[in-house]
Amino acid sequence: MAGNPKQFKAGQNKGPRPKVDNPNKTMKRLLGYMLKEYKIHFAIVVVCIIATALVTLTGMLFMQTLIDDYILPMTATQNPDFGPLAQAILKLVSLYVVGILCSYTYNRIMVNIGQGTMRKLRLDLFNHMESLPIKYFDTHAHGDIMSVYTNDVDTLRQLMSQSIPQTINSLVTIVVTFFSMVVLDIPLTILSIFMSMIMMFTTSKLSKKTGRYFADQQRDLGKLNGFIEEMMEGQKVIKVFCHEEKSIEEFEVINEQLRNSANNANKFANIMMPINSNLGNISYVLCAGIGGILALSGFTGLTLGTLVSFLTLNKSFTQPITQISQQMNSIVMGLAGANRAFKLLDETPEVDDGYVELVNAKEDSKGNLTETTERTGIWAWKHPHKADGTVTYTKLEGDVTFNDVDFGYNEDKIVLHNIKLFATPGQKIAFVGSTGAGKTTITNLINRFYDIQDGKIRYDNININKIKKADLRRSLGIVLQDTHLFTGTVMDNIRYGRLDATDDECIAAARLANADSFIHRLPDGYNTMLTGDGSNLSQGQRQLLAIARAAVADPPVLILDEATSSIDTRTETLVQQGMDRLMNGRTTFVIAHRLSTVRNSDCIIVLEQGRIIERGTHEELIEQKGKYYQLYTGNFAEEE
Amino acid sequence: MLKTLLGQIKQYKKATIITPILISLEVILEVLIPFITSLIIDRGIQAGDMSKVCLYGGIMIVMAMLSLLFGILAGQTASYASSGFASNLRDSMYKNIQTFSFSNIDKFSTAGLVTRMTTDVTNVQNAFQMCIRIAVRAPFMLISSLIMCFLIDAKLSLVFVGAILVLGICLVFIMKSVAKIFTIGFKKYDDLNSSVQENITAIRVVKAFVREEHEKEKFSKSATELYKIFVKAESILALNSPIMMLTIYGCVICLSWFGAHFVVIGDLTTGELTTMFTYIVSILMSLMLLSMVFVMITMSIANAKRISEVLNEKPDIVNPENPVMDIKDGSIDFNHVNFHYKHANEEETLTDIDLHIKSGETIGIIGGTGSGKSSFANLISRLYDVSEGSVYVGGRDVREYDIEELRNQVAVVLQKNVLFSGTILDNLRWGKEDATEEECIEVCRQACADEFIERFPDKYNTYIEQGGTNVSGGQKQRLCIARALLKKPKILILDDSTSAVDTATDAKIRASFAQKIPGVTKLIIAQRVSSIESADRIIVIDEGRISGFDTHENLLKTNEIYREIYETQVKGGGDFDENGKAGA
Repeated sequence: MAGNPKQFKAGQNKGPRPKVDNPNKTMKRLLGYMLKEYKIHFAIVVVCIIATALVTLTGMLFMQTLIDDYILPMTATQNPDFGPLAQAILKLVSLYVVGILCSYTYNRIMVNIGQGTMRKLRLDLFNHMESLPIKYFDTHAHGDIMSVYTNDVDTLRQLMSQSIPQTINSLVTIVVTFFSMVVLDIPLTILSIFMSMIMMFTTSKLSKKTGRYFADQQRDLGKLNGFIEEMMEGQKVIKVFCHEEKSIEEFEVINEQLRNSANNANKFANIMMPINSNLGNISYVLCAGIGGILALSGFTGLTLGTLVSFLTLNKSFTQPITQISQQMNSIVMGLAGANRAFKLLDETPEVDDGYVELVNAKEDSKGNLTETTERTGIWAWKHPHKADGTVTYTKLEGDVTFNDVDFGYNEDKIVLHNIKLFATPGQKIAFVGSTGAGKTTITNLINRFYDIQDGKIRYDNININKIKKADLRRSLGIVLQDTHLFTGTVMDNIRYGRLDATDDECIAAARLANADSFIHRLPDGYNTMLTGDGSNLSQGQRQLLAIARAAVADPPVLILDEATSSIDTRTETLVQQGMDRLMNGRTTFVIAHRLSTVRNSDCIIVLEQGRIIERGTHEELIEQKGKYYQLYTGNFAEEE
Repeated sequence: MLKTLLGQIKQYKKATIITPILISLEVILEVLIPFITSLIIDRGIQAGDMSKVCLYGGIMIVMAMLSLLFGILAGQTASYASSGFASNLRDSMYKNIQTFSFSNIDKFSTAGLVTRMTTDVTNVQNAFQMCIRIAVRAPFMLISSLIMCFLIDAKLSLVFVGAILVLGICLVFIMKSVAKIFTIGFKKYDDLNSSVQENITAIRVVKAFVREEHEKEKFSKSATELYKIFVKAESILALNSPIMMLTIYGCVICLSWFGAHFVVIGDLTTGELTTMFTYIVSILMSLMLLSMVFVMITMSIANAKRISEVLNEKPDIVNPENPVMDIKDGSIDFNHVNFHYKHANEEETLTDIDLHIKSGETIGIIGGTGSGKSSFANLISRLYDVSEGSVYVGGRDVREYDIEELRNQVAVVLQKNVLFSGTILDNLRWGKEDATEEECIEVCRQACADEFIERFPDKYNTYIEQGGTNVSGGQKQRLCIARALLKKPKILILDDSTSAVDTATDAKIRASFAQKIPGVTKLIIAQRVSSIESADRIIVIDEGRISGFDTHENLLKTNEIYREIYETQVKGGGDFDENGKAGA
């Protein structure tokens, strides 16, 4: 766990270093991903790009024919006839029209492909993320996951809308020019090829270097991101301790690092173009010089006219290489981004082998259960038996048992040992113990946020592994230790517990949770917009809303994890009374460090370092004079 | 806005100015090179004069070398200037944030500040680099290419002028319509990202309520909305390149036709005609580059706005002109204080608070959720300024003191407290930078933190993860108290700082305070009556007003609210027996 203090902020942001493990593989996968939806679209695009490139090239070649076949003969005659030229130009015009149409077609289709692929990637990322186990979120910095959606997906925009078409275009130009060059003169072609090899070599060398510096830049950016996030989170503490100077000092060190790596990355990216275009110029001069010598000597049959045409070709041969080299940067960047996005998509999702479902049920006079679609307030477990194809219904009672359960977040570090637990329907079970004793962990096992290493957890006598996770969780109402609210109105947030709840039901739940009075004091009452995780509410108010949210779900089993820790004791009593009424006859698990919260529970379980050390009612535990007694008397020393 | 941002170039001004100059030189050479090529063709190859080929070839190589040199230099200065500019922007933002008061901080969200300092700055940096490299290059190339064309043949060059006008009008039209759509698009983009962020932080809630499908639907809806907007904007942009081609082709055709005539007449050589063709491309390329810069700038305007918002935010609590450095004692006086939060234009949080605390007293503060306890405490160390009335510490208005001095003497342990990544010692030394290890251990003893620190394998060198996730809530709170004690303050305020500490330890901490730091004025805000009942006096706050201020015994007799709180917690034993029996 312990990081190296020197690496200070690097600790939480191991992430955003766009290291492309195997660029070709990523490129292939990205193309495959893009093509899956847009095969026909893309085929049209490629055809159009080729057409556009050919039109451009024909135009270029036309200039030579224009001079050689039309202008030069005309200068020779006394009465030049412009008719053939007009015809040729008309032909060219119609060709150009085709080219322009093709250009528009592929540009327009590429918008759909690019944006569509990005949308698909975002959706896939999001859908996949929702299916990932809690453990993934525990082990990955949130800022890092976020940056996949923002920085990484964004890099694809440039890659798809510009680099890919540009590269195809350039490749077509290179190939066509190459053949025309071969036809014209082979020695000069070899020379041109040699020069462009040099260009490609420098490009690949430089882009490798740029790629490395670019990775550095992203890493430093990540580091800075982590530092700022931590400091902004603790900004109030910084103020209280007058720590501003010190934190600026630390910031400047990391900021300077980023400036340095950004400078390097951009430096190499910036010089790529001048180098390549001037290498192109040199190639031109060499061709002209050597071609001139060859033509004048008359060795190879190279004429001056051919040489002039060849020189034009030489230009159009080196130019696309320069263009590709310009795209290299965004290609490297895009691949790095795609790589990170694919990595997230490759995470193993939560496994769910459960097949027992939760259904609404009706009970007839004989106590037989039948499935129904309406909300009856009675739930049943629908248990299909594979062996004989029958289906049995078990009434949901809220009977939870733990048999010798061991659990650790990592295989090698067990945090809960040998937990035995029985909660019979209607009971209120409380967990107490110092922080880190494993109270929250136990409740996380019931709803299968984590899977146990050993032992068995049974729910109404069904092994919870057999229950579909969604149904299992739907049967448990949970108010979590960390309250989270969503952007939306207060009403939306309460309704989160049950999407089809009416306004009245939501308000009733808010009353039950004692949240009604403060909601009325908000500027727009129930329609007040909450933003930024409900940052405009106090901690206690947020907890009340979270309780209302659980109450509207009207769950068969309720888990309250420090749900009232920031609520004053007077309000808490009222909330408790409401919840007790709601949960009458149903099972409730309560976690609290405040002993007044747990005192009236049916069974209090005292945990220490992942083991149950005491259990019993408040009275029994006081009698035992053990840990609970200590905790309790610590509280009311004067009373006893 | 632009002024605020450009003001941040500072020491990179030289590089910012040199870059366009270097680029201009590069462009001049670049523009001259096609001219030389025409010379190679006309005077060398066509004339069959090899010495001319060598001469002009040599000139061209020298020019290419120079252009390469300028290009490389410009690339370096551009990257130096732009990364430096970005670094300055971040630095100034960070420094300005450090001067923010609590109410300034409340205005911005953490995530918002982080993106402003990273993503927004990166975009502005790219736009800036683009500007100094291309904003000069494009017009310069345009003008010099035009000049060259006019030198070759003025009449023929009029074709270009016409083309440029047409293209220019089209581009402006496109930019205008796209800019509007992009502005909306980026707003949507922000919303989409914040919904992702929400899902990541609240994943447990989503999973606990089995709302994955609901969230997917929500996300899919906004992703599709975003898709539509961007497709709309980009399909207009997709017109760019066909329009470009249209003008180039138009020029080529005009040039072919009229050029042919001119050559036939003898006004123009074939080499010159070829050169003119080359210039068409560079003229229109430069227009295209200009339009690209335009897009970049349009897209980064939103980013620039967000940055200047932070830079222009003025801290609303600043040091007085002749600050008083010496705080006499730990007495506190509230003189008819009214207070309300600025951003929340609601009713008053605190109304007519008037009370006086002697130096060295231990004061308990109790009251309901949202009653204003924390606001009350935050006024003492001037984390917020009062709206009306005044707060005195050591017999002087807090607004007269040097802020740093005041906050060193009034140590607050905040309700929502934070530990930073670093060792325990690093964290403790926030309280006093040069504290020795002995001093640190001593305050940890006072805060009852040494008992668990000693149990860690690395003891005081144990590394704390960001946000203190690897220590428990109670341990975190005790470390925060120790950190505050290290300041050796005259006033110590604990804002619900022992809520996660078990009651036995809580009592021990209080006992140690009474023994070890008797002279310090102690304000203890708590939910538990047991945490405050032994205080010298207790303040009961109810809906922003003082409901009672007296000893525990007297309040029990006179204050109904206090009695009620006390009874629900302690005397709840009344029906406790019945519950106990029912459970057994």
